[in-house]
Amino acid sequence: MKKAIKSAELLIALQEFTAARIAIGRAGTSIPLKESLEFKLAHAHARDAVYSELDIIGLTDSLKQFNLPVLHLQSMAGYREQYLKRPDLGRKLNEASLTRLADHHVPTDISIIIADGLSATAVNANAAGLLETLMPMLQAVNFKLADIVLVEQGRVAIADEITSALKAKLSLILIGERPGLSSADSIGAYLTYNPKPGLTDESRNCVSNIRPGGLNYKQASKKIFYLIQESFKRKLSGFLLKDNAGLLK
Amino acid sequence: MYRYTIKSKVYRFEDLKTLLARASPYRSGDELAGICASSYEERVAAQITLADVPLKTFLNEVVIPYEHDEVTRLIIDTHDTEAFEPISHLTVGEFCDWLLSDDTTTQILQSIATGITPEMAAAVSKLMRNQDLIAVAKKCEVVTRFRNTIGLTGHFSTRLQPNHPTDDPKGVAASIIDGLLYGSGDAVIGINPATDSPAAVANLLILIDNLRQQFDIPTQACVLSHITTTIQLINEGAPVDLCFQSIAGTEKTNSSFGISLELIEEAYQATLSLKRGTAGDNVMYFETGQGSCLSANANFGVDQQTCEARAYAVARKYKPLLVNTVVGFIGPEYLYDGKQIIRAALEDHFCGKLLGLPMGVDVCYTNHAEADQDDMDNLLTLLGVAGCNFVMGIPGSDDIMLNYQSTSFHDALYLRKVLGLRPAPEFELWLIKQGIVDDKGNLLSVDSMHGLLKAGKI
Repeated sequence: MKKAIKSAELLIALQEFTAARIAIGRAGTSIPLKESLEFKLAHAHARDAVYSELDIIGLTDSLKQFNLPVLHLQSMAGYREQYLKRPDLGRKLNEASLTRLADHHVPTDISIIIADGLSATAVNANAAGLLETLMPMLQAVNFKLADIVLVEQGRVAIADEITSALKAKLSLILIGERPGLSSADSIGAYLTYNPKPGLTDESRNCVSNIRPGGLNYKQASKKIFYLIQESFKRKLSGFLLKDNAGLLK
Repeated sequence: MYRYTIKSKVYRFEDLKTLLARASPYRSGDELAGICASSYEERVAAQITLADVPLKTFLNEVVIPYEHDEVTRLIIDTHDTEAFEPISHLTVGEFCDWLLSDDTTTQILQSIATGITPEMAAAVSKLMRNQDLIAVAKKCEVVTRFRNTIGLTGHFSTRLQPNHPTDDPKGVAASIIDGLLYGSGDAVIGINPATDSPAAVANLLILIDNLRQQFDIPTQACVLSHITTTIQLINEGAPVDLCFQSIAGTEKTNSSFGISLELIEEAYQATLSLKRGTAGDNVMYFETGQGSCLSANANFGVDQQTCEARAYAVARKYKPLLVNTVVGFIGPEYLYDGKQIIRAALEDHFCGKLLGLPMGVDVCYTNHAEADQDDMDNLLTLLGVAGCNFVMGIPGSDDIMLNYQSTSFHDALYLRKVLGLRPAPEFELWLIKQGIVDDKGNLLSVDSMHGLLKAGKI
């Protein structure tokens, strides 16, 4: 067995070219236990992230610095299993949440929504940090911001309903991305101009893999800010906007 | 209208498509579509009712109207009445027993394949237990050829899937070399590109083609780009072995993929014209998966497993080298957990084989599905027993581009070892010649001077 595992060392030179799990050796023809346990741990992190919950108190507290009211809402998906099986329910607010939005009559430019998505862990870890960089950029050009909304059991499209109700021109939702084996703490930012319930993904722009080890807060804020400004300039979002977003690279 | 009474309760099923949906073993996608049985009893009532439906009914009552859907037209217009003759008197239930009968041999199954419609295959699969799906599929040998021979009984192949998040040529090459040294890649060396840009795809094709020629590897390459990209690349003279496309079981879904039967035909003819195959001319590689029609909002009330079987009618028309059902990729809203993924994979493998297709399965799951490596081990073993043509081979099961987990190079070696299966014969000879395996199929340890390792350091 020792010999079989050792032979893999000759392949290790190839590892510098890819993060794929190459040259992991073998025990007989199977994956050596050490590697197998590492894989299991990565999967465990991903699974825990899927079932994690928004830290409402902690998030509300760290959002105070932006001097905006923070609303706490829920989708129609009552619990995680239902959320996973019924994406349609995660795209709609429950009745109590809709009622809470009913008295918002003052039009604004941007509504910022923070949703758990498939990894509340990611949102708990990165949403406030990203906003600390992004908010000053938005406030510097005098965008009028709606109340910040925290949503539990939310999908991307729930931002359409919320932003419509808040009478904002553009929605920006920060949401936990589907955890991968290499990272369980990525958030994605989706922006939609003039969002209305029933829109599909081609109407949105997405900045993905936002986390300190991926696209860091500064890089992500720059991209998001650029897209928001372009979106207001051209009064649209989605694939038509994406064409020009290439300039960022 | 179909009906069945249990005690005093009368179950009514409006039409064949409703009956099929209610009879389908439970999965989250049919619940999401709002078409699954509302109780355990209703499901079995539907299955009992379905068992009494004559196979001939499927030629007269279609699940999606003939006038509205080119897949339906393909199914009806190409139905082989002569091949259907030996089973034309059977009901779905009798067909089930007939398939299981010892008198129904591999040759007989091969001779009736074109007489079976996808809906007939889907219907009978809904009545079968997992072991029935395995037992019958095992009898259905489907052999295809390009530069080697895939699907022979006793053989089991892999698609080497060396994906990289930025298509970095060195990164891709590193995974290919790792895989080849584990004996992977006889079905195809197939890359999912990170972008669909023709130039990037061409570079990857050239990379694999050079490696294949340098080491005289009896296998084929594929970069899984859109069919229109492949047509363009063929016109530009790129080394295209196989033409890939994702397909589904309704015209509207296919159109959401940007394809039609006409376009596939064009690509098929273009790829055939290159005549790059040395062992045969099966040049198409199709991928499918339950749930794609509902996901495109184009299922028309048809259950996801029946939609999937209809995709096989599309595949069958173009004599593919490989058909791969990517079973657990779509997510838990369609297949919730390991049990549903395993069932769906066995159904797809069975239906595809029965219809005469070279079925492989991407034994896989995402991190939001209720599944793990143990479920995949179970499924992989069951598919090996069922005679599945191929699975994926991915470094350490972890696809770092598509972010999901599939089978590893090691997994395929495990299956070959416990079930006594061998790679495609031409590829096995090459592995022996390269000193990667011995003549009994045991994996050898290569030394650092091996040519493949040197190629990787370029």
